[in-house]
Amino acid sequence: MSDTTLTPGIKAGRLDAAAYDENFGDLHPRLDDHEVLVAADRCYFCHDAPCITACPTEIDIPLFIRQIATGTAEAAAETILDQNILGGMCARVCPTETLCEQACVREAAEGKPVLIGQLQRYATDTLMEQGKHPFARAVRTGKQVAVVGAGPAGLACAHRLAMHGHDVTIYDARQKPGGLNEYGIAAYKSVDGFAEREVDWLLQIGGITIETGKSLGSDLTLDQLKASHDAVFLGLGLGGVNALGLEAEDKDGIENAVDFIADLRQARDLAKLPVGRDVVVIGGGMTAVDAAVQAKLLGALNVSLVYRRGRDRMNASVFEQDLAASKGVRIITNAQPVAIHGNGAVREIEFEYTDDSLTPTGQTFRLAADQVFKAIGQTLQGDGLPKLEGRKIAVTGAGRTSVAGIWAGGDCAAGGDDLTVTAVAEGRDAAEDIHSSLMG
Amino acid sequence: MANLESNFIGIKSPNPFWLASAPPTDKEYNVRRAFDAGWGGVVWKTLGEDGPPVVNVNGPRYGAIWGADRRLLGLNNIELITDRPLQTNLDEMTRVKRDYPDHALIASLMVPVDEDSWKDILSRVIDTGCDGVELNFGCPHGMSERGMGSAVGQVPDYVQMVTEWCKKHSNLPVIVKLTPNIADIRKPAQAAKDGGADAVSLINTINSITSVDLDLFAPQPTIDGLGAHGGYCGPAVKPIALNMVAEIARTPELAGLPISGIGGVTTWRDAAEFMALGAGNVQVCTAAMTYGFKIVEEMISGLSQYMDEKGFTTVDELVGRAVPNVVNWQDLNLNYVTKARIDQDACIKCGRCFAACEDTSHQAISMSEDRVFDVIDAECVACNLCVNVCPVEDCITMERLPEGDVDPRTGKTVSDDYANWTTHPNNPMKCAAE
Repeated sequence: MSDTTLTPGIKAGRLDAAAYDENFGDLHPRLDDHEVLVAADRCYFCHDAPCITACPTEIDIPLFIRQIATGTAEAAAETILDQNILGGMCARVCPTETLCEQACVREAAEGKPVLIGQLQRYATDTLMEQGKHPFARAVRTGKQVAVVGAGPAGLACAHRLAMHGHDVTIYDARQKPGGLNEYGIAAYKSVDGFAEREVDWLLQIGGITIETGKSLGSDLTLDQLKASHDAVFLGLGLGGVNALGLEAEDKDGIENAVDFIADLRQARDLAKLPVGRDVVVIGGGMTAVDAAVQAKLLGALNVSLVYRRGRDRMNASVFEQDLAASKGVRIITNAQPVAIHGNGAVREIEFEYTDDSLTPTGQTFRLAADQVFKAIGQTLQGDGLPKLEGRKIAVTGAGRTSVAGIWAGGDCAAGGDDLTVTAVAEGRDAAEDIHSSLMG
Repeated sequence: MANLESNFIGIKSPNPFWLASAPPTDKEYNVRRAFDAGWGGVVWKTLGEDGPPVVNVNGPRYGAIWGADRRLLGLNNIELITDRPLQTNLDEMTRVKRDYPDHALIASLMVPVDEDSWKDILSRVIDTGCDGVELNFGCPHGMSERGMGSAVGQVPDYVQMVTEWCKKHSNLPVIVKLTPNIADIRKPAQAAKDGGADAVSLINTINSITSVDLDLFAPQPTIDGLGAHGGYCGPAVKPIALNMVAEIARTPELAGLPISGIGGVTTWRDAAEFMALGAGNVQVCTAAMTYGFKIVEEMISGLSQYMDEKGFTTVDELVGRAVPNVVNWQDLNLNYVTKARIDQDACIKCGRCFAACEDTSHQAISMSEDRVFDVIDAECVACNLCVNVCPVEDCITMERLPEGDVDPRTGKTVSDDYANWTTHPNNPMKCAAE
């Protein structure tokens, strides 16, 4: 254990240089050509396969696996991308253990599903590394569509619209397109700048212009977009972060997990990224796990992930929970934060145990903390949006909002899980609906 | 532990597992190691006439069919008979037989179809002390183009003639190795028997092209852009070999003709199946080429355990035990009515049974919204395809309808009486009822 490991406070460079590469390498290295054949051979080519039903984008999984097995990974990639243009990223970040692989009959049979995610990655990587884009634009329609948000929903929508011959402009508040693919997601799930490469590859369809640094509300208004385009698709992210609701929440060292994750994704040199010695993550979803695991991988000595309910209620899948545990993250459940202690900067955070109905038990404990990440959910921000349902944009059918000519999909739209793959499906389906409306 | 000692046409060996005449038995070094590993006998790589030996190609000799994890399922070869000088082989055989007197050593022979050639080679192999000869009438490539191997085996008259010469010019037991590249295996078997053969061995390899290189547009294995057909062997050919063995074993005119079973024997179970269908022993090649000589240990322990479980004390109690149950189609009981039954607890809901039945059979499996698969007895003809495509062992089974039940497909009451096609009313050739 090096000296820097024990140094209290939020410090950069806690690890040897080589450790960063090792810690942030590919979580699941790509299967090699032979491993792929063995993995593909396990697919039973089920009739009306349950894995297809379980996939929000309804990729024909048995077909693409058979195409891989017969030495045509490029054809397999087309099968995938035809349904899910971000099939490359979804292969990396999908919680397959709760989607296709959970539905796989071999999971039912022997607890070992076909490695659908890894097979999908093999196929999409094979095609994309050849620089091939298998889709072509239809004849230009002259219709202009605005897409707000260059995340999975917006990109999927834009690609499908462009394919149908429409001209699309994507506006995004950030400096780079990609949304959570670029700024969210643990670094070890998308190595070597894959998110950026995937966007570049997607844009090969043509007909899509991306304007970054353009934020809805400050740089653009919905009315303007509506007036200057034939249709608008809203694929915004959730810009707000839920607060803990405690006093002294503004103390130094208390940060948003999403910001930490974004900084980490954008960091050119992880050794320069500071992290606490004692890190506490509050929350029980994927964001909480991504922050906790990466804090540990950056060299934090103690990382605790604290969730107010039981393990079975965590939004993070069992796979993610196990991953966190395997990296040395301590998972504490049935405890909610009640006080922040420290003079200027946070030093300790106090929790109270709760029962399953969140009733406080009166028993408290304190965790040393020089860095606290809040990961208890994000919210949609913005004024003048179409009618909301709860805290998100209400939609009917394929993403139609309360305002004619405006569609919405992805995290900002009500309904569906906040998953990349769900966003892609919603963006794609909205694009088809927009196309039908425009071409009437 | 059961006694595995084998006495095949008077040739004794510690067990019924012999290595077939092939690359594994091409030289002294291999054969000594094979005997040390536990093989009961060896048929030496085929010897040709004296003089300059044959030459082999210098490119690939083998092509293969694999499962997804490179499990070798079928092997094709274009190797010829031994390409070493005759005297070298004879000297080695002599030394090996001297050192392994209790193991079987058979000389495999292939020389041109004239009596003097056979007489000459026989006189030379007798001096090795070998236990018998096997006449290679099976090799389907290369040598057959020169009028030997399967070119002889495909002409029953030649088979008989050469067998007669061999019996005339030696006192050694003669095993005639048959080619499967023929319409009716019983014909050359009969010819061998008529010629005085002590036994037949089968099958030799099957004419085959393993695969085609779709870039070169050439058969594989490819030699400088060209390919020739080879001989197919390995696990893939076993069903063909089993049938040919059974055809000979159950033919009354051939009854009692000893058989050495060859063709895809990979495990003790394969060996037991050949023996149950009438083979007195088995010969193995591809399995040894794939996994090495050590596999014989599993064959010995497996057959021994099986025989103990069955209460067999000698291998002869197993030999031919299944032969009476091999019949012609017309002898099958048409009153034996079964239906597929799906064990819902074991079912993993893959739907393969449904796809197979719905698309390619009798639309006898229903599928519910929640993926429950059920057999529709009124449509099920008991073809067994669902059983075969189901990935879960014993999930789908065929259950016999008891006597007195009505088969909902035919509306007929099930009878326990045996009734076959020969007496069926639809048969225009049916025998008289009396």
